[in-house]
Amino acid sequence: MKDFIIPDRDFGTPDAKSKQMVTLTIDGFDVTVPEGTSIMRAAAEIGIAVPKLCATDSVDAFGSCRLCLVQIEGRNGTPASCTTPVTAGIKVQTQNAKLEKLRKGVMELYISDHPLDCLTCSANGDCELQDMAGAVGLRDVRYQAIDTHFKPKDHSGIANPQWNPKDDSNPYFTYDPAKCIVCSRCVRACEEVQGTFALTISGRGFDSRVSAGLASDNFLSSECVSCGACVAACPTATLQEKSVIELGTPLRSVITTCAYCGVGCTFKAELRGAELVRMTPYKNGKANRGHSCVKGRFAYGYASHKDRILSPMIRDSINDPWQEVSWSDAMEFAARRMKAIIGDHGRHSVGVITSSRCTNEEAYLVQKLTRAVFMNNNTDTCARVCHSPTGYGLGQTFGTSAGTQDFDSVEQTDVVIMIGANPTDGHPVFASRLKKRMRQGAKLIVVDPRRTDIVESPHIKAAHHLALTPGTNVAIVTALAHVIVTEGLFDETFIRERCDWDEFQDYAEFVSQPQNAPEAVQFLTGVKPEEVRAAARLYALGGNGSIYYGLGVTEHSQGSTTVIGIANLAMLTGNIGRPGVGVNPLRGQNNVQGSCDMGSFPHELPGYRHVKGDAVRDIFQKIWGVTIDSEPGLRIPNMLDAAVEGTFKGLYCQGEDILQSDPDTKHVAAGLAAMDCVIVHDLFLNETANYAHVFLPGSTFLEKDGTFTNAERRINRVRKVMAPRQDYADWEITQLFANAMGADWTYTHPAQIMDEIALTTPSFAGVSYEKLEEMGSVQWPCNQEAPEGTPLMHVDGFVRGKGRFINTEYVATDERTGPRFPLLLTTGRILSQYNVGAQTRRTANVVWHAEDVLEIHPHDAELRGIKDGDWVRLASRSGETTLHAQITDRVTPGVVYTTFHHPDTQANVITTDYSDWATNCPEYKVTAVQVAPSNGPSEWQQEYTAQASLARRILPAAE
Amino acid sequence: MKIYLPLDSAAVALGADEIAAAIHANAEAKGISLTIVRNGSRGMVWLEPLAEVETPAGRMAFGPMTIADVPGLFGELSAHPKALGLTDDLPWLKAQTRLTFARVGVIDPLSLSDYQAQGGLTGLTRALTMDRPAIVAEVIASGLRGRGGAGFPTGIKWKTVSEARADRKYIVCNADEGDSATFADRMLMEGDPFTLIEGMVIAGVACGASKGFVYIRSEYPVAIRVMQDALAIARAADVLGPSVLGSGHAFDVEVRVGAGAYVCGEETSLLNSLEGKRGVVRAKPPLPALQGFMAKPTVVNNVISLASVPVIFEKGAEFYQSFGLGRSRGTIPLQIAGNVKHGGLYEIAFGLTLGEIVEVIGGGTASGRPVKAVQVGGPLGAYFPPALFDTPFGYEEFSGKAGLIGHAGLTVFDDTVDMLKQARFAMEFCAIESCGKCTPCRIGAVRGVETVDRIAKGDPDAIALLTDLCDTMKAGSLCALGGFTPYPVMSALTHFPADFNRMKVAAA
Repeated sequence: MKDFIIPDRDFGTPDAKSKQMVTLTIDGFDVTVPEGTSIMRAAAEIGIAVPKLCATDSVDAFGSCRLCLVQIEGRNGTPASCTTPVTAGIKVQTQNAKLEKLRKGVMELYISDHPLDCLTCSANGDCELQDMAGAVGLRDVRYQAIDTHFKPKDHSGIANPQWNPKDDSNPYFTYDPAKCIVCSRCVRACEEVQGTFALTISGRGFDSRVSAGLASDNFLSSECVSCGACVAACPTATLQEKSVIELGTPLRSVITTCAYCGVGCTFKAELRGAELVRMTPYKNGKANRGHSCVKGRFAYGYASHKDRILSPMIRDSINDPWQEVSWSDAMEFAARRMKAIIGDHGRHSVGVITSSRCTNEEAYLVQKLTRAVFMNNNTDTCARVCHSPTGYGLGQTFGTSAGTQDFDSVEQTDVVIMIGANPTDGHPVFASRLKKRMRQGAKLIVVDPRRTDIVESPHIKAAHHLALTPGTNVAIVTALAHVIVTEGLFDETFIRERCDWDEFQDYAEFVSQPQNAPEAVQFLTGVKPEEVRAAARLYALGGNGSIYYGLGVTEHSQGSTTVIGIANLAMLTGNIGRPGVGVNPLRGQNNVQGSCDMGSFPHELPGYRHVKGDAVRDIFQKIWGVTIDSEPGLRIPNMLDAAVEGTFKGLYCQGEDILQSDPDTKHVAAGLAAMDCVIVHDLFLNETANYAHVFLPGSTFLEKDGTFTNAERRINRVRKVMAPRQDYADWEITQLFANAMGADWTYTHPAQIMDEIALTTPSFAGVSYEKLEEMGSVQWPCNQEAPEGTPLMHVDGFVRGKGRFINTEYVATDERTGPRFPLLLTTGRILSQYNVGAQTRRTANVVWHAEDVLEIHPHDAELRGIKDGDWVRLASRSGETTLHAQITDRVTPGVVYTTFHHPDTQANVITTDYSDWATNCPEYKVTAVQVAPSNGPSEWQQEYTAQASLARRILPAAE
Repeated sequence: MKIYLPLDSAAVALGADEIAAAIHANAEAKGISLTIVRNGSRGMVWLEPLAEVETPAGRMAFGPMTIADVPGLFGELSAHPKALGLTDDLPWLKAQTRLTFARVGVIDPLSLSDYQAQGGLTGLTRALTMDRPAIVAEVIASGLRGRGGAGFPTGIKWKTVSEARADRKYIVCNADEGDSATFADRMLMEGDPFTLIEGMVIAGVACGASKGFVYIRSEYPVAIRVMQDALAIARAADVLGPSVLGSGHAFDVEVRVGAGAYVCGEETSLLNSLEGKRGVVRAKPPLPALQGFMAKPTVVNNVISLASVPVIFEKGAEFYQSFGLGRSRGTIPLQIAGNVKHGGLYEIAFGLTLGEIVEVIGGGTASGRPVKAVQVGGPLGAYFPPALFDTPFGYEEFSGKAGLIGHAGLTVFDDTVDMLKQARFAMEFCAIESCGKCTPCRIGAVRGVETVDRIAKGDPDAIALLTDLCDTMKAGSLCALGGFTPYPVMSALTHFPADFNRMKVAAA
C-alpha cells in the first residue's frame, strides 16, 4: 500500500532483532545494520530504494518477483536483495546496465499479463506495479500475449477460461483476479500477520491464482475474517476497499486511535475533504504494529448511519414522543429538571455514568460534573460490569489496577495462560500477535469452558485446554498454585526478594491443603487432574510465563478472587517485571482502562485515590474551587436500587447502554422508569434512551480530539478527523450542561483537560499533548521518574512495595443448576460484533452475525429435541428470551453459550443479579438455565419491542 | 533351478512379469523345482526382459525374452535362440566400472545376506568406527559431488550440517527423479535398496541426524514397494533403529511419496512438499543445510550421491577418487535413451567423450540415421551437436560448452528432429511444471512458447525477443527450472540456426 501524506516507509523486509552490527557498502555508501538484515532493508535505511513488488516489511521475504536483484562484488549471479542477508564488507550494486535490463525484462513479463487501464483503475495512483513500471523505465511490451488472465475473451470472441470475474462477496473489499500479479503478499499477510490461513495460491505455474478457501468458496464463504491485512498488503487493485473503488483515492490522512476494543489500534483515517475514504492500520502504532481487525478497519459506517441522532431532543415523559430542540433549549430543560430534583431530594439524588468509549478527557469531565457540580460521588462506569475486579485484585496484590506489560511483550513469551478470554473474537489484533508467537513455538494453556478458536486453529494448538465448569475459576487457579507449591516449582529467590515472605508461607500452607489439589477439585471443575498438573509444570518451568485474561475471569461472584489467584501464580513463578511475562487483563472497550483511571468509580478520584483521603481531595478542591464529598457515592446497581426505592431521581449517562449491557434487564428498566430525569448522551437512541427525558446527540471518535488508554496503559491520541455532525464534541456537550447547571468551565481544547489531569494525577504528571505528538503514545505511569512512560510495570519491585499473596478460598456461586435449570449459560462475544452492537449492528458486519444464537452441545440438544437452527426458549430464574439454536461441540455438555450483541435477544434478561463480592461486577458468565423448543419470540421480547418503538417516536420538527 | 528375472520397471514394462509367469508355468508342468529371483536390471534395456539362468559356469543371459522363448530355458541352453553367453562376459557390462551399481542386477534386492555377501554393510561398519569429522573428511576426500545435477561437493554439504547446532537434523534423499531420460535412481532403489539405506545411515551418523526420508515420486510404485520392504528388513536387522548395528547411533528412514510435480525434485520444493506444504521453491538463503526440513539442518542428497557413499567407505576415498577427470571424481551412471541403438544404464569413470558415449556405447541411433543432437542432463540440459562430441563427460567440461551433465541422462536425436519444436517443448515443459512462484518462470515460459510460435511463423523480431527472454529467465529465475530452461532453448537456437530460420522456408 502506498501512502499519500504521511508516508509509512516500506523497508521491504521486517527488521532484524540482532544486537550484532554489520557494515557493508551499497552503491558506494557504507551502511551499518543488525546482522540478519536483508540487503534490501539495509539499502532502504540509507534511502536507496531497490525496485520490488513481492516484498513488504510486514511479511518475511519471499523472493518471487525478481525485481530486486542486485550484484555483489566477487559473487556469481544476481541474488534477490530481499532474501539475501547482509554480510560484513560486501560491496553491493543496486543499479547497473545488467540489472536494468533484467528488471525491464521481468517488468515486461508482468505487464504482458496485466490490463493497461491505469487511468480508470481504482488503484490509479496507489499501485506499486504502476510505480515499478515507471521505476524500471519500461517503455514497450514486445510480447504478443495470447494466454492472459485479464482478457475475458480471446480474439475470436471465445471466453477465456483463465479469466475470472471479480469477487465482490465481501462487504468491504473486492478481489479482482484480472489485476493480480500473484506476488503472494495477501497470502503471506493472511498467514504471517493475521494467522488465519484463509488464503492460498491454487494451481501452479501460469495457472497460479489467489484463492480464498476451497475452490467452491468466495471470500465471504471462506474462513476469511476480513481483517484487511491482505488488502493492505496488495500492491495493485486486486484486493481493494470498496470505498476506494466508489470514492477514489484519499487525499489526506490523520493518525488516530480505533474506538472499538481495548487493544487500541492506531489507524490512519484517510479522507477526501471531510469524506472518510478508508481506515488503514498504522504501521508505527505500538499496540497493533500495522495490523487491524474487521471492526476497526472497516466497520466505521455507523458514524454516518441514518439512525444516528443529530439534534438534541427532550420530552416530559417517557411515554411522549421525542421533540427536537436547539442545544440551548435542551441544556436549559435538562438543567432545570436536575436542579429541581436536587432541590427536592438533595444532592445525593442524582449521579452520572461515565463512558468507556469516550475519551479520557470526557470521562474526567463527567466525573467532575458529579463531584464538582452535583456535589456528590455518584459516578460509576461500565467497567463495573467488566473489569472492576481487575482493579481490585491487582491493586491488592501488586499495587496498580492495570496490566503489567505492553503488547510487544508477547513476542518474548514462552508459555501463555489464557483464562476466560476469547482473543480471536474479542481482541483480534492481539490474538494475531499471540498466534504468531505460538507458531514460533510458544506454548499455550487455555482455561475456558468453550473450545474457542485460540484452542485450536490452523497451525496453532494449545498445549492444554482446561475446559472447566463455569464458575470454578478459583478452584482451577488455586489447584495450579497447589501443584507449583507442592512440587517445589516456585521461584524462591523472586519471592524472597520481591514479596512478603510471611504472607507467602501462609499462602503456601493454604494452597497445599489437600482440598486444593487437582485431584480434589476435579469434582468441581470437571478437569482431569493430570492435565492441571501438566499445565502448572509447563507454566512454572517453560520459560517466560505470561497470563492473559478477560471477562471470563472477572464477571463472576468470585471475580476478584480469581484475579488475586492469577497475581499469586505470577508471583509464585517470578513471572513479573520483565518482557515476556506478567499479568495482562484484556480490557473490553477502547477506553475502559482510561475511564477507570479518570476517577469514574464512586470511591476513587482520578488515579485510583480514595475519596476519603483529605490530601487527595485537597488537590482537586484547590483547582475546582469546591468542597468534595468525602463519602463514596453509589455504584450503578445501588443507583438503580435507590431509584426503585425513590431516593435516586436523576442520571446523566454518557455513551453507555446500561439497559442492554447491565444484568437483570427488568430491574434496570424499573430503576430507569422510576427516575424523573434521565439524560442520555449517545450516538443513537439506544435501549436506555427508551427511558430518557433528554437526549444529547454524541460525536464519534472521528469528530473530536482526546485520548484513549488501552489495555497496556498506553495513552493514544484520538484526533479530530472531521467536524462533529451534530456541532459539538462530547466534552463540549458535558461542559455546556455543567455550565447550564451553574458551573463556569472554560475549556477550549481537550489538551487543557489533559493538563488538568496531569496537574492532579501523579501517574499522568508527565503526560501532555505535546509529548503525545512527539512520542506517538506513552504508557502510564508517566511522570518525573518515568518521563517517557512505563512499558513494563514492577520491574525492580512491586508498586505497593512487597508483592502480597492473598489466600483464594473457593466459594461456589449461589447460582446453581438444579432440576428446573439444569444447564449453565455463559456469555461472550463474536469477532464481527462489538459489545451491545450499537455500532457494529449499523454496519455491514451484520452479514457475519445477524442475530445472537445459542450454542448448545449435540447431547443436550438431542435430549431436548432441538435441531440446528430451531427457535429455543432460554429461561433462568430471572427471565426468559428466545433465540435460534446452533448445535456445536465447542461447548461441553451441560454448558450453553450466547452473545449479547443484539437487543432483540436481550441475553441480560436471563442473567441474574449475583455479583462479585468485592466490586459488584455482575456474574454474567454463570447462569443456571433451561432450554426448550419454542415457536418464536417470548412475551417479554414482544412487549419490549412494542415499548421500544413507542419510546423512539420523534415528532417532526416544529416550524 | 534358479532363474534371475528383473523386477525392474523397465523390464516389467517390456513383459518381465508375463515371462516370470510363463517360466513358473513351464517349470510346474515339467515338475522342475524352480526359484525365480526378481533382481534389478543389468541396465541393458534393449535386452530386457533379460533372464539369467544359474549354471555351474556362472549366470547365463537370455534376452530379450518373449513368451515363446521360455520353454527353451528348460532345454539345451547354449542352443537357445536368445542365448547371450555368460552375463559377466557381455561386453557392455565388462567395460563398465560398476561401483555404485556393483550389486544391481547381481543380487536379490531384498536379501540382506546377498547384500552382505557382496560387500554390503562393510562401509557402514567402518564408518561406525570413525568420529563425525573423520567420516565427513572421508567423503570430502573422495571428491564425490551431487549426482542430482548441481554437482555440489557432498562432503562439504555434510560438513555444514554436521557442524550446525540444532536439536534435530535430517537426511533427506531426493528420489523425485523427474528428468526425462533418467532412471538411475529408480534402478538403484529397485535393484539394490540397501545401498541407499546404508549411505543414508552413514550420512546420519556423520551429521548427527537420527531421521531420514526418501522422497520418491509416485510414478515409481515398484521402487516405493522395494524401498519400504527393504526398510522393514533393515529395521529388523538393526541396520536401522535406536542403535544402528549396536553402535548406539539412532537412525531410521521413512518413505514419502510425491504427488506428481516435477519441481518437487528441486530440493527446497521437495522440503516444502515433505512438510505437507505446497511444493513451491524457497528462496536461498537460508540453505537447507542450515534450515531445511522443519527449519532444521538437513542434508538433501540425490539417490546416487547417497548410494555412492558405502563403496567409498568400503574401498576408501582414495580408491573412489582415483577414477575420473579433473574435478569430476569417481564414476557416473550414464543413462542413455532416446533414438539410440543401445539404451540403458552404463556406469563408468568420468572422462569419456560425448561421442564415445553416443556412438560407441550407444551404438548410434536406433533408426540408423545420423545423430543430429544429444540432449544431456534432462529437459533442462543443452542440446549438443556432433561438432561438440569431443567434449569429455565432466561437470566443468560441460558447463564450459554452455551445457550441463545434470543427472547424466542423455537423449539422442537423429537428423529428422526439428530443433525449433524442441525449443518450444522446453518452454512448454517449463510452463507446465513451473511452481508459479517467480515471475520469469511463471509468465516467461508461457511467453516463451508464444514467441517460439512467432518464430515458426517467420516473425523477424521474435528471435531477439526469445534471446532477451532467455537472459531474463536465466538470471532472474528463483530456481533451476526457470533458470535452466534457456539451456535447451538457446543451445537449439545457437547450434541449429537453420531450424529457426522460417523466413527462408516461407520465401522458398
